[in-house]
Amino acid sequence: MSKKIDHNRRRALHITSGIMGAVTVGAFAVPFLSAWNPSEKAKALGAAVKFDLSKLLPGSMAVIEWRRTPIFVVHQTDEAIKNLPKLNDRVTNPALSEGISRTSNQKYTILKGVCTHLSCAPKYHPEIEPKAWDQEWLGGFFCPCHGSKFDLAGRVYKGVPAPTNLEVPPHSFDGDNLIIGEEV
Amino acid sequence: MEKAKKNSFMSWLDKRLPVTENLERHLTKHPVPKKVNFFYIFGALLMVIFMVQVITGIWLMMFYTNTEEGAFASIEYIMRDVEYGWLMRYMHSTGASAFFFLMYFHMFRGLLYGSYQKPKELVWLFGCFLLFLLMAEGFLGYVLPWGQMSYWAANVILSLFGAIPFIGPDLQVWIQGDYVLSGATLSRFFALHVVVVPLLMIALVVFHIFALHEVGAGNPEGVDIEKHRDKNGMPLDGAPFHPYKTLSALPAIGIFFVIFFAIVFFAPEGGGYFLEKPNFEEADFLKTPEHIAPVWYYAPFYSILRAITFGIPFLGITSKFLGFIIFAGSIAILFIVPWLDRSNVQSIRYKGIYSKVAMILFAASFLTLGYLGTKPVNELRTLIAQICTLFYFLPLILMPIYTKYEKTLEVPDRL
Repeated sequence: MSKKIDHNRRRALHITSGIMGAVTVGAFAVPFLSAWNPSEKAKALGAAVKFDLSKLLPGSMAVIEWRRTPIFVVHQTDEAIKNLPKLNDRVTNPALSEGISRTSNQKYTILKGVCTHLSCAPKYHPEIEPKAWDQEWLGGFFCPCHGSKFDLAGRVYKGVPAPTNLEVPPHSFDGDNLIIGEEV
Repeated sequence: MEKAKKNSFMSWLDKRLPVTENLERHLTKHPVPKKVNFFYIFGALLMVIFMVQVITGIWLMMFYTNTEEGAFASIEYIMRDVEYGWLMRYMHSTGASAFFFLMYFHMFRGLLYGSYQKPKELVWLFGCFLLFLLMAEGFLGYVLPWGQMSYWAANVILSLFGAIPFIGPDLQVWIQGDYVLSGATLSRFFALHVVVVPLLMIALVVFHIFALHEVGAGNPEGVDIEKHRDKNGMPLDGAPFHPYKTLSALPAIGIFFVIFFAIVFFAPEGGGYFLEKPNFEEADFLKTPEHIAPVWYYAPFYSILRAITFGIPFLGITSKFLGFIIFAGSIAILFIVPWLDRSNVQSIRYKGIYSKVAMILFAASFLTLGYLGTKPVNELRTLIAQICTLFYFLPLILMPIYTKYEKTLEVPDRL
């Protein structure tokens, strides 16, 4: 044993053991942090939902549950699509950036059935007739909780409590099938 | 050696565990200022309420079910079927309100009398961490009954994490353990509420007190009691912690419990402010309550969050995310107060007019924000909240300037 302390050797040992220690701690953190990710069960319950569009007639709506949210799937009639531009000056945000009915497929409108005001469920009223809440109703969604109005494309009317359009969930089309929860 | 003859058991013990040494150091010979005012009782009361929460919490845990299906029913079971279950629960829920009440007064005392100034920075810092942990603890605990307000208030708070650019949505899913707030979230919140956060709090309380005993407690005059000592080295303006401080705390603890139990027995819901009415209904993910309001102790900070109705579009910062930043900043700024105060005196009594006005503005803004936070928003209230947010921050942000230049009074030599 020499009496002289080799400081360089000591420093190298400090650094390497420090790095090894940090790597060990980091590696051990992985399982603990990963455990917080959605479990396989949660993933299965939250997985994309497939829906067969061929049975959905024009003018009708289906409600599908996806991640505890009701999803509205509307098969638009030609008349409804023609009527949408007429409402441009009555809605807050007339731009239909995602296509005429706010989806990648012109005929179908896919919306989260959750009012953007306080998360009530808006009701589907496709009829073109005077309503208690609107004398010039051209079809759309009406929220009975606080009277928010949306058109058939989910665009919010001016002067209602809801601040924004009904949300469009991630979705894609596969032939006749609609897949909710997955974008292409 | 003389002591050894008196009590051989203590001497046997002291050779193996420094009992007498530490009792003397922290109790019987620890000097505290002999003259303080009522503001200095809140620390002791906080220790008491912490113990109340731990004990009632352990008992509640014996009957509570931490699942989505069972949580709400188990609270009803505790309230109706468990003997004195209602007492445990109301003590715990009232205890939460009391904890915050005492904490806010304790911290305001610190701000008034400069209890954060050199060399007490760490005492203050540990205290701020305790406030942060208490807020986390309260939030986690509020979710556990799985009532409507538990569910929807948690949704509001968790969606704040979702508002963080880039990582937000994934972070929110990771915290929730699901794509929506669900049973997975509930059971991890339970683990955090009963184990992780309380453990951290106990550790920080220990640090808080050890640091305090190292630098010595302050007083409303801001006089340094260490300057003048008697022959035995005891400060002339000090008195031993035990029995002087311990005994004088007892009546205060008594009065506190009278008020505490008056609330527990006669008004445990606190008019909807301690236990909110929608929370007597089980969580329903398809039905949002009319008006989501936080419990009173979060109201000032919730108000700040809501007051930010604008974002910074060219930086891609949404109003929601900016609100989150300012909201976090309103707590974070408290941590740096020791380095913002450049005054040559500690106590507000000897500080200048600017410090006094600043403290009044700060306190008034905090109270107004608290009031607004429990009310639904409208344009006027949002405007007032924005002004109050400004006057919450300004007294702290401008502190380095006004404390440095204002005229202070001379602090007396003795207490």
